[in-house]
Formats: sequence, C-alpha cells, structure tokens
Amino acid sequence: MSTNAGPAPKDAERRRNKTSAQRVFVRTVSNRLGDATMAISSGLATALVLAILAVILFDIVRSGSSHLSIAFLTQAPREGMTAGGIFPAIVGMVEMVFLMTLAGVPVGVATAIYLHEYAPAQSRLTRLIRIAVANLAGVPSIVFGLFGLGFFVQFLGAGIDKMFFGGQKVYGQPALLWAALTMAVLTLPVVIVATEEALRAVPRELREASLALGATKLQTVIHVVVPQASAGILTGMILAVSRGAGEVAPILFTGAAYFLPHLPKGLSSQFMTPSYHVYVLATQSPDVDATKPILYTTVLVLVALTFVLNIAAVVVRARVRRQNSFGH
Amino acid sequence: MDRETALAMPGERRKHTTSRFATTRPPRLELAPAPRWHRLIEWALRLLAASAVLAIALILIFIAKEAAPLLYSGAIRHEVTLAKMWFSQLWPGYDEAASIWQPVSEIPKFGLWPLIVGTVKVTIVSMAVAVPLGVGSALYVSQYARPRTREIVKPLIELLAGIPSVVLGFFALIVMASWFQNVLGLESRLNAIVSGVALSFAVIPVIFTLSEEAFRAVPRSYVEASTALGAARWQTVLRVLLPAASPGIAAGVALGLGRAIGETMIVLMASGNAAIVSGNFADSVRTISATIAAELSEVVFGEAHYTVLFFLGTLLFLATFFINTVGDWTIRRMKAKLGGAS
Repeated sequence: MSTNAGPAPKDAERRRNKTSAQRVFVRTVSNRLGDATMAISSGLATALVLAILAVILFDIVRSGSSHLSIAFLTQAPREGMTAGGIFPAIVGMVEMVFLMTLAGVPVGVATAIYLHEYAPAQSRLTRLIRIAVANLAGVPSIVFGLFGLGFFVQFLGAGIDKMFFGGQKVYGQPALLWAALTMAVLTLPVVIVATEEALRAVPRELREASLALGATKLQTVIHVVVPQASAGILTGMILAVSRGAGEVAPILFTGAAYFLPHLPKGLSSQFMTPSYHVYVLATQSPDVDATKPILYTTVLVLVALTFVLNIAAVVVRARVRRQNSFGH
Repeated sequence: MDRETALAMPGERRKHTTSRFATTRPPRLELAPAPRWHRLIEWALRLLAASAVLAIALILIFIAKEAAPLLYSGAIRHEVTLAKMWFSQLWPGYDEAASIWQPVSEIPKFGLWPLIVGTVKVTIVSMAVAVPLGVGSALYVSQYARPRTREIVKPLIELLAGIPSVVLGFFALIVMASWFQNVLGLESRLNAIVSGVALSFAVIPVIFTLSEEAFRAVPRSYVEASTALGAARWQTVLRVLLPAASPGIAAGVALGLGRAIGETMIVLMASGNAAIVSGNFADSVRTISATIAAELSEVVFGEAHYTVLFFLGTLLFLATFFINTVGDWTIRRMKAKLGGAS
C-alpha cells in the first residue's frame, strides 16, 4: 500500500509503484476537468447564440414598439418618409407573396409528388432533379436578382412587349409580376423539401390499402396521399411565404420601388415592400435620425410577421410528426 | 427497410429473390387499369419536376449571356477585358501597377482583386465566429441538454434563421457598428469585422441545424462501446462522436460557407463598401455580392459596367455551385464509408 518502507526508491521505480488508487484519482480529476470543459464550452456557445437572438429582438421591440399603431399600418409614408406609415409596403408585399405562392407552390408540390411517388429512385433524371434542387437552394439571392432581370425583365418582358404592345415598354421593365416569379423560383426548394418530407411521412399501408381497393396510382395520390400530406405542404407554403416576405436582393432590380405615391395598379407596375423599405430607410435616408422611429417600427413589423409565420410552420410540422408517430 | 409487401410500390423495382424455404410465391397482383389520361398527368408531373433543372440551367444561361459580350464585343473589350480585370494594371496617375475597382471614374477600372479580397475577409470573419458557435451549440443541444431544454433551444436557434437578412444588416449598421467601434476602438465604423460578425448570425443556424442532425444520427452503440471501453465522456465526444458526425458537420460548414459568400444585404449595409486591398480586418471592405446590388441599378443596360456586373454574378454562381456540389459529394462519400463500417 505505501512506498515509504525500506530505502528510497529511484524516480522511475516510484512512478511504477504509484498505487492504483492514486492513478484512478489522477484520471478522475483529468476526466472531470475534460468533461467540465466540454460541457461548459458547448453550453457557453449555446448561451451566446441565444443571447444574440435575445439582444436583437430586445433592441427591435424596445425601439420599435413605441411607434407601432393601427395608423402606422394603414397610412402611407409622408414628409419624405419621416412620418406616416407603411400601408403601401404591406399591400405590395401581400400582392407579391400571393403571386409568388400561386406560381411557385404548385410547381414545387408537383415536383415533390413526382420525386417521391413516381420517380424510380436511381434513374438519371431523378438524380439530376435532386442535384438541381439542392443547388437551387444554394444559389445566392443576388444571383436570383440578376437572373430575374436577365430572364424575366429583359427576355420575357421585352419579348411580350414586342409581340403585344408594339415595342412600348409595359412588361419590359421591373414589375410586380417579375419580382413574384423570381421569388417563386427562389422559394421552390423550400416547398419541394417540405412537401417531400410530408409525403415520406404518409404510411405505406395507406397507399397499399388504396391500391388494393382498386384505385389507380393517380387516384391514390390525389385522394389518399396528398390529403394526408396537406399539413406538411402547408408548412412548406408558410416557410416560402416567410422567406419571400423577407428577401430583398432578388427584387432589387425586378420590381421593388423606393417610394410610390399609389398602390400597385397591376401586374406590370412596381411595388413597395417592408423588407426593401427597411433597406431604403436605413441606407438612403438623408436624415437618419428623423427616419429612425419609422425604420425601427418597420423592422418590428417585418420581424413579427416572419416570426409568426415561422412559429406557425413549426407548430404545424410538430402536429404532423405527432400524427405520424401514432401511425407506426 | 420496410416489411416485404406483395405489391410493388410505385417506382419500386423489385429484385426477384427465390428463397429455398419459400413454398408458395406471393400472389401476383395487378394494379387497377388506369385510363389513358393518367399517363398524361404523369408526364405533366415529370415535366414540372424537371423545371428545377430548367431553373438552374436558365439561371446560368441568362447570367452568362449578359456577361458574354466581355469576350466578343469590340466596344466593350475596348474598355475592359478579362486580363484587365484579373491582372494589375499601370493606370495613368499611379506609380505602380494595381488592381483597382473604380467603375465610374473617368477611366473606368474593373480590377477584381479588391472585391475578392473583401469577400474573403468578410467570409473568414463570419466562419471564424459561426463554426465554433454553430458546432458548439449543436454539441450541447444534442449531447448535454436535457430533452426539455432541447425542445426550447432548438426552435429558438432555428428562429434566428428566420430573421430576414435585411434586418440583420439593419441591426449591424445601426446598433452593432457603434458598439464595435467603441469597444475595439476602430477607425471606420463599418468594416470587415462588423459585417463578418453580423453575417455569422445568418450562418450559425445553417451550421447548427446540420451539425445537430449529424450528432444525433451517430448510432447509440458507438457511444456505448466507447463508454464500455472505459473512455470518459469528453474522450467519447472528441474521439468517437465528432469523427462519426464529421460528414454532417462538413456539410453544414460547406452550406454555411456558400451562404456567407453569397449573402448580400448584410454586407451591403454593414461593410462600408470601400474597395480596398488590405489585410486589415478593421478596414472597410466591398464584397462581390454587395457590388452587384449597389451598382446594377445605376448602370446603362448593355454597357461595359453592366456586363462586368453580370460577370461577377456568374463568378458568384459558379463559386457557390462548386462549394455546394463538393459539399454534397463529400457527405455522400463519407456516408457510404461510415455505412460500410458499421
């Protein structure tokens, strides 16, 4: 047990003679230290991320809520955007997002249905589509802006003008329609991924039961699979809307306007939107201090809107997952 | 994966395996005969699904198309060529050759390096912040947090992803820039540090989500085996969990990198937009994406400047496409390896 009996052993010998209790003690201490460092540093990282979120939200709510009122939501900007509200921006956003959903969601849902219900898993086309969807999600938003300008405005728009309007500039310029279509392409992967997840969660037995009852594949998809997946599809739609409402870069050159005295009149007119409004107020205002209250309140409205949408998506998705866990 | 079923599912290709013990074959079932027009709908679905491929192709074609005159148009090549963009030029009034971005001066200068250096600097700062925070919080949430804590923390971090980038840019410009200037004593209010840190807020959720998924996907048996061999928890985390989760983490970092390079509004608002080549992170910078956003609305369609901006867009597209593809490929390879090992 002890080493002090007899003549003093040499160093190496002493180390060798260290009792197992001592060794266990040293290891325990270093392991405790290692465990503590690991837990505390990863915990600190988490705390820091949450703190960032909290600080941003706190600052926005504190400075933005004082100015928030019904009038702010229902009035047009006045006096060089230092007074009034953001009504035209809200209308513009709703119109843009509506058109975007109308154009993008059907395509996204159809893609997901094809990929999950029809496509052979290993075919070249399937793989190509999957690679395209993954890469589409990674394309920078400003590149979508360039694409919208080059394809929709300069190519399609100018083409329509040449064919139907005798060269007069109607659609060959930034417009609500082009911004919405650009945004629809941008949000396509969001819809596809969410829909596919929902389809994957539909129990196989339901499809089999339907087929066994004599339904065709298409009838099964329309009457059994899609209704079962509808909540998941809704999630994708909500996420797409939230993304569309917040993005600025894709609509910079395809339709967003600095300031408009009137609401958008049609598909070919430009529009205001809260996200672009924030950018304009924060960077182009001649008097930053005068616009600050309006700026903060616009940010608050934008953040509140996207948060409500995101939370709704989370709730819907959680409900879907719970439902499915019952099924199995 | 699933139980064996008598009926082949749509899209499923069955291998016909004959078991020695099978005495009866499963009955052959025929699907109900479908009307002709169902085939039509199936084709329509396939066409719509191909639209994602079409979109990617159209994006590349229509950006590259606007940038192409750089290669053949005499009028534009008189002003700017690829060589003039990539290599330093001796401009009148300067002592030595330099790569300068001054597209609207009397002699337009389209040197790319100030923009590339700016993009790289901001990206370095954002990744230096986002990788440790993203992976660290993913580790905590997946390994250390109690289930109830996890259920609160995870959606909150995902909520961070829901904040529009223009709001992060606004926050960096109005609030963070002053804090950083006061605390760090920086000369310019808007610089690579402020914009990089703000950019990391957009990257953290990307890295977090994929890393967390990767940590949770590590088979429980790995951890149990390591513990049974006498490894302490931290040893298990470092030597077993991290290596096993590395494909997912790498994917998260790759996607985050793509996001950082391409993100526009944050850097447009908070980087100061000065096109300087310098190694100092406290200097103002101008990134590729911010340059496109800031300058495209002021150019004449079809002119040299317009063409160059589309060229920048093509560069950005190709860079992110490359990063995403490599990331995707790495994950698949590593997954295959890991799958073979277990």
